[in-house]
Order: sequence, then C-alpha cells, then structure tokens
Amino acid sequence: MGQITLQGVQKAFGPVHIIKGADLDIADGSFVVFVGPSGCGKTTLLRLIAGLEDVTDGRILIDGKNVVAVPPAKRGLSMVFQSYALYPHMSVRGNIGFGLKMAGLAKDEINRKVEAAAATLNLTPYLDRKPRELSGGQRQRVAIGRAIVREPKGFLFDEPLSNLDAALRVQMRIEVTRLQKQLGTTAIYVTHDQVEAMTMADKIVVLNAGKIEQYGSPLELYEKPANLFVAGFIGSPKMNFVTGESALQRGAATIGVRPEHLKIERDGAGGWPGTIAVAEHLGSDTFLYVDAGPLGMLTARYIGELSLHAGDRVSLVPDPARIHRFNEAGNAIRG
Amino acid sequence: MARMATTRRVAVSTAGAWLAGFLIFFPILWMILASFKTELEAFAIPPSFLFFHWTLENYATVQERSDYLHHALNSIIIAGGSTLIALLIAVPAAWSMAFSPTKRTKDILLWMLSTKMMPPVGVLVPIYLIFKTVGLLDSRIGLVFILCLGNLPIVIWMLFTYFKEIPRDILEAARMDGATIGRELVYVLTPMAIPGLASTLLLNLILAWNEAFWTLNLSTSEAAPLTVFIASYSSPEGLFWAKLSAASTLAIAPILVLGWFSQKQLVRGLTFGAVK
Ligand SMILES: Nc1ncnc2c1ncn2[C@@H]1O[C@H](COP(=O)(O)OP(=O)(O)OP(=O)(O)O)[C@@H](O)[C@H]1O
Ligand SMILES: [Mg+2]
Repeated sequence: MGQITLQGVQKAFGPVHIIKGADLDIADGSFVVFVGPSGCGKTTLLRLIAGLEDVTDGRILIDGKNVVAVPPAKRGLSMVFQSYALYPHMSVRGNIGFGLKMAGLAKDEINRKVEAAAATLNLTPYLDRKPRELSGGQRQRVAIGRAIVREPKGFLFDEPLSNLDAALRVQMRIEVTRLQKQLGTTAIYVTHDQVEAMTMADKIVVLNAGKIEQYGSPLELYEKPANLFVAGFIGSPKMNFVTGESALQRGAATIGVRPEHLKIERDGAGGWPGTIAVAEHLGSDTFLYVDAGPLGMLTARYIGELSLHAGDRVSLVPDPARIHRFNEAGNAIRG
Repeated sequence: MARMATTRRVAVSTAGAWLAGFLIFFPILWMILASFKTELEAFAIPPSFLFFHWTLENYATVQERSDYLHHALNSIIIAGGSTLIALLIAVPAAWSMAFSPTKRTKDILLWMLSTKMMPPVGVLVPIYLIFKTVGLLDSRIGLVFILCLGNLPIVIWMLFTYFKEIPRDILEAARMDGATIGRELVYVLTPMAIPGLASTLLLNLILAWNEAFWTLNLSTSEAAPLTVFIASYSSPEGLFWAKLSAASTLAIAPILVLGWFSQKQLVRGLTFGAVK
C-alpha cells in the first residue's frame, strides 16, 4: 500500500514562503509527476514528503497515518537523487544493499534481494564494481536499484534522468515506467521535461510559485487546462494566446489555441491573416511562426510536410471546438 | 602524425617532470652525499660528486657527541602529540562549519587564517615570558601545545575543505536508507573522510617535524627535538658541513621514509577535489 495525501502543506525558509498550501491525493500504485518552472518548489515538496525537510504547517498522510513527525527512513519511501548520490566507497552490491543492512536483515537475505534487484536492472555483471567505474546510465540504475530493493510504499524521484544524454534518457524513461507498472508501487517523479511528464504520468501536478495550479491526467491538462499558466506550460510548442476583439467576440478576456489546432490556409480570407516569419520543416511536422500583425506572433503546426516559406502570406483558422477561453483572472471558462 | 606528436609531447613532459624532480631533490641528495665525505672534501672546490673517499666517520661523531635517539624521541612525541591534539580539536570544528554553517562561519575561517599571517617572532617575547613563568620552557608539553596551536588553523582549513567536498545528497541518501547518525558516521562519513584526514595528518606531521622557530627558541636539551640537534652543529666551533649534513640526514630520514610510503595518500589528499 502506498497512498499519499497532502493536506494544507506549507513550507517557509525563514520569512520566505516556498510552498503555499498544497493539497493532493495520490492513489496507491499511481505514477504522479510534478512539473513546473525552475524554482517553483518541486524539489522542496518532494523533500517534504520524504521527510528530509520539516513542514512549516499542514499534514502528510501515508496510508492514512500522519507522518510529519516521522523520520525519513520510517516513512517507508525511497528516493532517487538527481546526482545519484551513490556511496563512492562501496561496491554496487554494497550500495544497493545498504538500506537492507541498516534494517538489520541477514546477510544471505540481503544478497538474495540485491541480486534480484540487480537482475531486474541488468546490473548483475557490475555488482562488484565501484560507482566510479560505471557509466552514467549504470549509476542511475544502481540508484534505482537502491530504491526498489527496500520494497518501499513509494518511490520519490528528483529529476533522475536529467544528467543523461537524450537517447539514454528516452530508454531510461521507458525502463522506469515499465518497472513502476511491474512493481505497482506509488511513484512521485519530479521533472521539468514536458515529454517525460506527459508520457510517464498517470497524473500530473503543475506547480507554479509554490502553488498547485492543476492536478489531473496528462490529457485532462492538455484538453482542459484550468488556467492560463497550465495552458501555456503544457504542450509544445506553446499554446497561442489572443486577446482583444477575437477574444471578446467569444465572451472571453483571452482565448488560446494550440498550434496543432490552427488550420493553415494559403490565401483564405477568414481566420487570422499574417506573414510567415520562420518556417521549420522537420519532415514529420512543419512549424510556422506567423506574424499576425495586431495579434502578435502565432505558431502553427502541420503534421507532415507543407511547402510554405518565410515571407508567404497565410491565414490561420482556429478549430472552433478546440478554442480555450479564459476570463480576466486567467481562469478557464467552461461550457 | 597526431599520434607521433602526442608521443613526443609525452616524452618532453616526462623529461621535464624528471628534471624538475631532480632539481627539487638535488639539495637533499647533496646533503646526503656530503654526510659521507670528510670535512675537507665537503668544502672542496670543485666539489666531488661521487668519487670521493666514502666514510661513516661523521655519523659516528654525531652519535658520539649527541644523543640522536633522545632527540628523535622528542621529535616523535612533539610532532605526533601536537598533530593528534590538533586533529581532535579540528575534526569537530571543521565538521560543524562544513555541515551546519552559520552566517559567521566565513568570518571565523578568515580570522583563523589571519592568525597565521603574523610572523611568529612578533609574539616570541610574550610567549617566552609566559612559558618561563608557567615553567614550560624546555618541556615537551609546552612544545606540543605551541605547535598544536600554530598548526590548528591550517588543519581546520584543510579538513573544512575536505568535508565540504562530501556531497550532502549522499548523507541524505544514507538517512533515507535508514542510517542513524552514528551509523552514518561509521559507514558513510568516515570512509569518505579518511583520505582527507590522512593527508591532513601527514602534512601536519611533516610541518611539525620540521618546525624550527619555536622548537629552537623554547627548548634547549630536555625537550629538544631533532631541529635543535641539527642546529647544534652550526655553532660553537664553527661550521662543520659534513657533520651538519650527517645530522640533518639523520633528522629527516624518518619523515622521508614516512613520506615515501604514504606518497599515494599524500598526493591524493593534496589533489582531492581537483580530480573527480
Ligand atoms: N534550504 C533552503 N533555504 C532557503 N531557500 C531555499 C532552500 N531550498 C530551496 N529554497 C528556495 O525554494 C525555492 C524552490 O526551490 P526548489 O529547489 O524546490 O525548486 P525546484 O522547483 O526544484 O527548481 P528546479 O527545477 O530548478 O530544481 C527556490 O526559490 C529556492 O531558492
Ligand atoms: Mg529541483
């Protein structure tokens, strides 16, 4: 079991409020990703859950039990650090088994569990090496091995893949997701990589300046962003925002249309006319950055190749069903 | 082509390193050679390098005239004692400054270093008088005390930089793994701090072993370490190069041997943090 609940969790460092009241319900076995801009408090929130930092106010429940006064090791969670944080003087075997040793398990039981974990992570040939003799990806796997071997109620990951190169990151992303599904253990994963968030998460928490802006499944966030911040943060390229006449016509202060929901017409009269400033041809996609005069720069995405070039005039027609409307305060208008 | 250029570069830098090493080592080599010469040959111009009449007579004279073992024992006690006490004080001090720094930590560190900026001779008179009043002149305890205080700032600085290098994440990982403070100390911190501790210990031993200002001024015979033993050959009846060299060779031999056997540790300690 590993159900984690936050109730009004706050954290201040001296006079500075970093986490301004977080409420969250994380179901057992789910994979939850925290995303948000740098400095918004993702790491801090994760460390509060881990117990590496004390809450200023609020309650953290694990399986219904308030753990705010419980030391980290007793919370039954394990953490994978961005820097791997392996013990440099211990072998891979020692690193993975350290938590079990601290828990007072018998030697042969530790060995059995360590070897099982190593087998899952393809680390068996490296068991007797020191961390400095491993590649980045292997070190990361050792860090993950150290987390899974204790059979925790939950995993906490703080940007575990950010030190790896792009190809390895994709591979590890898939491995982590597969492993988590296979073990069925609750996981909280911090990243500021959108693709990681969208692909790995059952549910995403969007954090901004210490506040939870929205909590929902990746598609919910994509299709029904709660406010301007989430709308702009989720999705790549970013959603286009238009204010003024076009927005007022639709009863909103701001409307948003994703680049993939703009129809590109070569010389249509309807929609939003403009001149292409930059055209990016990726083969699979074409991105157009269009200078639409008073509306500002708009981005449009076309699936496939579109032979348009900088300087061409186009008209962008928003898909009426995919227009997001926001009020003065920046919150979504539904219905 | 590229490979040949690299080979040549390696050869040149190897030769350069040997040359530099030889230049640095030459005075010591010269001293050792001189210790086996007669007093006349030691002065001879042009000097003879290897082809002279090798003799052990200087060593015999030195041993006869003064008690080497007595001074060596004093050196061991003074260098060892002052180093151990300095470490006992410095480890917790550096520890707390590295792991729970306050606003004043930087200032305290600077202040400690600033005490090393004053030339020791500036406080010789007051310290001499204090030692005289308290009855610490020519006592091992007194020398242990003064050398320990003298080296403490450097020891604390070195340990502080080593401890700072230990990533916090690792300590937190150990906490997540369920290590209590005590076990964290035994299984994680100490093994990671040992290279730094060892090199600090070695360096401090060498500094204390070779310290000549306070030992010469505050001791005469009872507590006199090897530095005093060497100095005694540059006085009353004039300079005796060969005997002075023999005395010096005897005095540095123990520390040279220690340094030789721990060179790996020393180098690792001195470059700690530079190579990841
Ligand atoms: N120990 C601390 N003392 C004071 N301020 C802190 C401390 N730790 C974090 N902060 C501040 O809290 C804010 C949130 O930090 P946090 O590390 O949680 O951000 P983050 O969302 O993880 O950012 P990133 O994506 O860059 O890792 C930052 O403004 C940071 O300066
Ligand atoms: Mg962070």
